[in-house]
Amino acid sequence: MQIFTIASRELKSLFLSPLAWAILAVVQIIIAYMFLIQLDTFVQLQPQLAAREGAPGLTDIVVAPLFGNAAIVLLLVAPMLTMRLISEERRAQSLTLLFSAPLSMTEIILGKYLGVMAFFFIMLVLIALMPLTLLLGGGTLDAGKFGAGLMGLGLMIASFAALGLFMSTLTNYPGVAAVSTFGVLLLLWIIDWAGDKGTQASGLFAYLSLVRHYESMLKGVFNSADVVYYLLFIVTFLVLAIRRLDADRLQH
Amino acid sequence: MNDAMNNDALIRVEHVWRYYGALCALRDVSFEVRRGEVLGFLGPNGAGKSTTMQIISGNLAPTRGRVWINGVDILDEPKRAKAHIGFLPEQPPLYRELTVDEYLRYCARLHRIPRARESSALDIAKQRCGLTGVGSRLIGNLSKGYRQRVGIAQAIVHMPAVVILDEPTAGLDPIQIHEMRTLIRELAAEHSVILSTHILPEVQAICDQVQIIHRGELVLKDSIEGLTRRMQGASLRVGLRQPPALSALEAIAGVHGVEVLEDGAFRLYCTGQEVADTVVRHAVEKGWGLYEISPERLSLEQIFMELTRSEPAAA
Repeated sequence: MQIFTIASRELKSLFLSPLAWAILAVVQIIIAYMFLIQLDTFVQLQPQLAAREGAPGLTDIVVAPLFGNAAIVLLLVAPMLTMRLISEERRAQSLTLLFSAPLSMTEIILGKYLGVMAFFFIMLVLIALMPLTLLLGGGTLDAGKFGAGLMGLGLMIASFAALGLFMSTLTNYPGVAAVSTFGVLLLLWIIDWAGDKGTQASGLFAYLSLVRHYESMLKGVFNSADVVYYLLFIVTFLVLAIRRLDADRLQH
Repeated sequence: MNDAMNNDALIRVEHVWRYYGALCALRDVSFEVRRGEVLGFLGPNGAGKSTTMQIISGNLAPTRGRVWINGVDILDEPKRAKAHIGFLPEQPPLYRELTVDEYLRYCARLHRIPRARESSALDIAKQRCGLTGVGSRLIGNLSKGYRQRVGIAQAIVHMPAVVILDEPTAGLDPIQIHEMRTLIRELAAEHSVILSTHILPEVQAICDQVQIIHRGELVLKDSIEGLTRRMQGASLRVGLRQPPALSALEAIAGVHGVEVLEDGAFRLYCTGQEVADTVVRHAVEKGWGLYEISPERLSLEQIFMELTRSEPAAA
């Protein structure tokens, strides 16, 4: 109950700032452009594809790359949305309101998380609508692949948000939170590059990589191990954020 | 814990210590606030006023010691204890992008006020804080005085048993300060109020109990009456045209110090009410030419300065 109160305030404040609108617009324009390019590629390839048996369809050529690229765009954008969550309130000293109210730290963190996730959900719906417009033109989508990809993108954003929220609890400066979130996300994105060398640690690095788990989902492979990876990631950083917020009362 | 004591004392602070690293911000602070009392918390800047307020409101954990709010331990059951508290920190915790109504509604929901009572709770809080006309205005566009009122409205919207106000009149103009004092006196009818300030007349104007904190220690705990008594009768100013030797004045019963002022005036430090009579009698009998005698009142400032200045010497 209190969680939703905090979440709806968070979402409302996001939409009261020009930042959220600007981000929605920019993301939409860029992803729409990417979508058009993929669509163009498909139209050009279509005669050859029609001639072949078992050729990749609309979903493989348009949707999978689109979601893959969308994840990169969101990697750039997510830190800007999550940076303010706690650090800004701490800076403006409005965090005292939440600390003085009969709320647990868990409720505060979950409220904040749900608030920003509601925003990301809107973004996700807007992104998903693009490939869905193909249905209007008489195209066909592979529902399984589309669903797996969308779910992968959703889990990816949820992980970004959890890490961003944690980084925001660490500092009073939104800018610092944004840069560190971006840094850690990028590191986790490229960490499996070390895996190519066939060293012992490569397996671990590959597992830690945010992209590896996403790639299989984009191919339409729904593996519970991948889902568990994202869920673990989210839970870990939310718990860390709760612990960090609790420590605010103890040390200064 | 004794139940009768719980009902009586809404706030109980017992042996609270707080360190910031090696710096000791509070040492062994204990006090109580009873229902309907206004406690004024005085101290120079950096004395530990805000730290105490933050500890009572659950924003800061004490290094040692216990705090009970309405009989609930704030460390063991923070959620239950915090339900009894309304807190206005030094900087009002406002969201500039919300309107006054939106903000207060948010606060009401955080404090679990049932939806059915929400509107009436909001109306009462706004009416008491003089915010009735500004409900639909953005907090970011309000003046400092109005923001302060929104901060207080936020602290009382859920009708807590204890209202904690950290420097509520800071940055207000004289008219607003006057209104704020009236408001605090009104609040005391239903809530216990703790307020911190470094404005001394404010304490005399609105508080029942006074505490002076200096370098993290409580150096004075008294009621306003006790303080007034302390301020009175501490010294007599006596003007004599033919003053006798100092020793003659010092010999008067009850006088334990004489200070020579200009123009034949003396300040007699004394205890007891009858000293003035004795001085007058002696002056008449011995022809000192008494032309002035008046009791001198110590101002709260003087007591404050004395307490906070003597401290380093003692330490």
